[in-house]
Amino acid sequence: MCLSGLWKSCVKATLHRLTVGLLLTLLMGVFGQQALALTPEQAGRIAAGDSDERVKALNESVAQGDVALTPFVQAMLDEQVKTAGGKAFIVKDGAAVEAATGQKAALPADAEDVVNNNRMRRELEAAMAVLKLVSPDRAVRAAAIAELKDDVDEGKLPLIDKAAQAETDPALKAKLVLLRAAVLISSSDAAKRIEAAKALSGSSSPATRSLLLDKLGSEADPNVKAAIQGAIDSVQGQLAWGERLGVLFTGASLGSILLLVALGLAITYGLMGVINMAHGELMMIGAYATYVVQNLFKHYLPGAFDAYIVVAIPVAFLTSALVGAALERTVIRWLYGRPLETLLATWGISLVLMQGVRSLFGAQNVGVENASWMSGGIQVLPNLVLPYNRLAILVFAALVLAGMALLIGKTRLGLFVRGVTQNRRMAACVGVNTARIDMLAFSLGAGIAGLAGCALSQVGNVGPDLGQGYIVDSFMVVVLGGVGQLAGTVLAALGLGLMNKLLEGLAGAVLAKIMVLVFIVVFIQKRPQGLFAVKGRSAEA
Amino acid sequence: MTSAAMKLEQKRGLLLGPKGWTAVAIALGVICVLLPLLNKAGYFSDYAVQLTGKILCYAICALAMDLIWGYTGILSLGHGLFFALGGYGMGMYLMRQIGRDGNYQSDLPDFMVFLNWKQLPWTWALSDSFAAQMALVVLVPGLLALVFGWFAFRSRIKGVYFSIITQAMTFAAMLLFFRNETGFGGNNGFTDFKRILGMPLATPGMRITLFVITGCTLVGFYLLARWIVNSKFGRVLQAVRDAETRVMFTGYNPLAYKLAIWVLSAVMCAIAGALYVPQVGIINPSEMSPAASIEIAIWAAVGGRATLIGPIIGAFFVNGAKSWFTVAFPEFWLYFLGGLFIAVTLFLPQGIVGLFKRVSEKRA
Repeated sequence: MCLSGLWKSCVKATLHRLTVGLLLTLLMGVFGQQALALTPEQAGRIAAGDSDERVKALNESVAQGDVALTPFVQAMLDEQVKTAGGKAFIVKDGAAVEAATGQKAALPADAEDVVNNNRMRRELEAAMAVLKLVSPDRAVRAAAIAELKDDVDEGKLPLIDKAAQAETDPALKAKLVLLRAAVLISSSDAAKRIEAAKALSGSSSPATRSLLLDKLGSEADPNVKAAIQGAIDSVQGQLAWGERLGVLFTGASLGSILLLVALGLAITYGLMGVINMAHGELMMIGAYATYVVQNLFKHYLPGAFDAYIVVAIPVAFLTSALVGAALERTVIRWLYGRPLETLLATWGISLVLMQGVRSLFGAQNVGVENASWMSGGIQVLPNLVLPYNRLAILVFAALVLAGMALLIGKTRLGLFVRGVTQNRRMAACVGVNTARIDMLAFSLGAGIAGLAGCALSQVGNVGPDLGQGYIVDSFMVVVLGGVGQLAGTVLAALGLGLMNKLLEGLAGAVLAKIMVLVFIVVFIQKRPQGLFAVKGRSAEA
Repeated sequence: MTSAAMKLEQKRGLLLGPKGWTAVAIALGVICVLLPLLNKAGYFSDYAVQLTGKILCYAICALAMDLIWGYTGILSLGHGLFFALGGYGMGMYLMRQIGRDGNYQSDLPDFMVFLNWKQLPWTWALSDSFAAQMALVVLVPGLLALVFGWFAFRSRIKGVYFSIITQAMTFAAMLLFFRNETGFGGNNGFTDFKRILGMPLATPGMRITLFVITGCTLVGFYLLARWIVNSKFGRVLQAVRDAETRVMFTGYNPLAYKLAIWVLSAVMCAIAGALYVPQVGIINPSEMSPAASIEIAIWAAVGGRATLIGPIIGAFFVNGAKSWFTVAFPEFWLYFLGGLFIAVTLFLPQGIVGLFKRVSEKRA
């Protein structure tokens, strides 16, 4: 939501920079070239007078499709135009040129500033975009088409036609045809409207769809109505892919977050059998560690701000792991084998940790900024943008998963952890320091929670009750995946994430959540041991 | 355990010993005669009546929790839901009793006018009748518990699995009740009640009446619970708690036993909720938050599990501490509560009652 806003303003800023630079080159070209078709009289009419008159004059000049208008319109937008006696002057750096001819001129003493109201500004901006359609630079033309897409009227049609004829690039030409159709669909001629609807059916942008839907409502002619309906169906078909992929991506993204949250639990609960209700608070500690690192970078190393996340990841891991180790030593180790008591004690811990953070950092949410390379995203389809921070978390989750699988599967520590889980007494007999392994395993789980918190700080709010929202979901993942199963945890996390988002599209967020919970309750009827049950004959765990 | 079993054997037949009955009589006397008189004389303020009445409701919840957790070994984190459902049942009736005295002077409750609804949703069909609505207070949570419990116990979900699933259920219900479309006032819930059975709510007389009713309900439920745990049914429950597999091997099907006590416990909570709402004057979805349900468990744990009287003491102790802390040191309340959770599980597995027992045994 705010991300897309950020993205938009970012795009706008780049576009602006692009156009200004290109305009300068354009200006050079124009001044060196032929005589200007814009007459002084026309320029004067655009610059001064009644708003309606000015808009009319502007549209007339635009319709002539003259490149020479560009510097003048730009100057108007930059408020560098003055008028005197029906003539317009561009005043830049103290020197005045006559707007129509581009010749140096002495500014009359009675020259007045041109004031543009909002309507005029809008018209000027649109005119600017239309003028850019005939720019020699392909990138400028593409940008102009994109800018015009959502905001054109029939006054600009002649120039769009002209641009479409002159256009050599086939992709841009197709876009111009669509643009033309978008204008024509509002035409008063029914045949033109039908033609436009047909042309628009090749589009695949959400704006086209909303335009068509809008027109469908106001259309009276049944033939045109049918044509528009057909076009809508066709656009819908092309948009559907983007939407489907979008749901898939948000589902995978939620799944990756759930996976990060659940991986820590897979160790503490899955392997060690400790119900840790404070898991969410360990995540919160990781997120706050990220916040602290971010602030330190802001104050002492503002130049390296983009790299703060590299430092924040290990710091978040270590902070949470240390807190976890302390908890294990002081509380949890006395409660092994008493899961219900562990549940209550760790709930108490979570309350203390939350209040502790509130005392230290205040009850308000704190702001964690994305590094600049994490903001923005890839535009895959017209209606599908993949934000970089979500992609980064997907990759991060995969890396943490791989790291953990290696640690548990291939290292000596992992061997000990598995050994203690499977048969504590036998492990102790062959010389494993089980108490130490318990502590290490628990702090590993806590550290991974810290990593999850670090990741969460990049996509959501960071506040004292950050962990509360995830605790139910993450336990569901572990329960669904089956105790002691990494593969089950992965599948359950991704599956739940996807299912949540798919159902959200159908039934809304709250009902989706309820449906997922009902599904889990029903699922456990069939497979009480989760997705991947440990095979064996033990009657009871 | 053997000496406890022998004591249990002695107690059968007689529900309570002579001392026990005296204590019950004294409790009833205090609740029904002494406190109302003190209130009339001005020594027991209206605020204290309301606070104590509220805690009495919590004590009923703790008692219900003791039956299911202390005696059957099933830790429910969903009792807050049953409590809230009972409260909502009562709240709906009270909302209808407002009549046209709301801010919008409409026949419909204010929040419906605000949402521009023209008629009552079907869920409110019985809300005009006190008797029918009170039946719903029992039936809705009871049925929910029956269905949920049947599915859960049938597939032998137990231990922490059951706790987590009940928590998820409560969480889902909270999300549902937060929505305006659900038709129960969204996140504001119900408030601004005016009267009950045609009588105004905000009078000292009504307050003390509700207080007495709540107190008598608590004593009644205590006797009922005492009777249950001393009966054969109650002993099967305790056997299920201690060794469920063995109970099955001796030919019992624990399903019916667990289901029965689960539903009873849920209904007790719902009744507590229904008594709570007119005294406190508000009900909203925050009663269904996971924290609220876990707190019920801590009341039982602090007082002492499987003692029946312990959870009642625990409810008074924790909530008394809460109302003192939140006034005197608001920022330390969560430290205290969290510390209590940890301390009780680590050092006081038998709770306050166990502490007293230990002390008296040492003296003897």
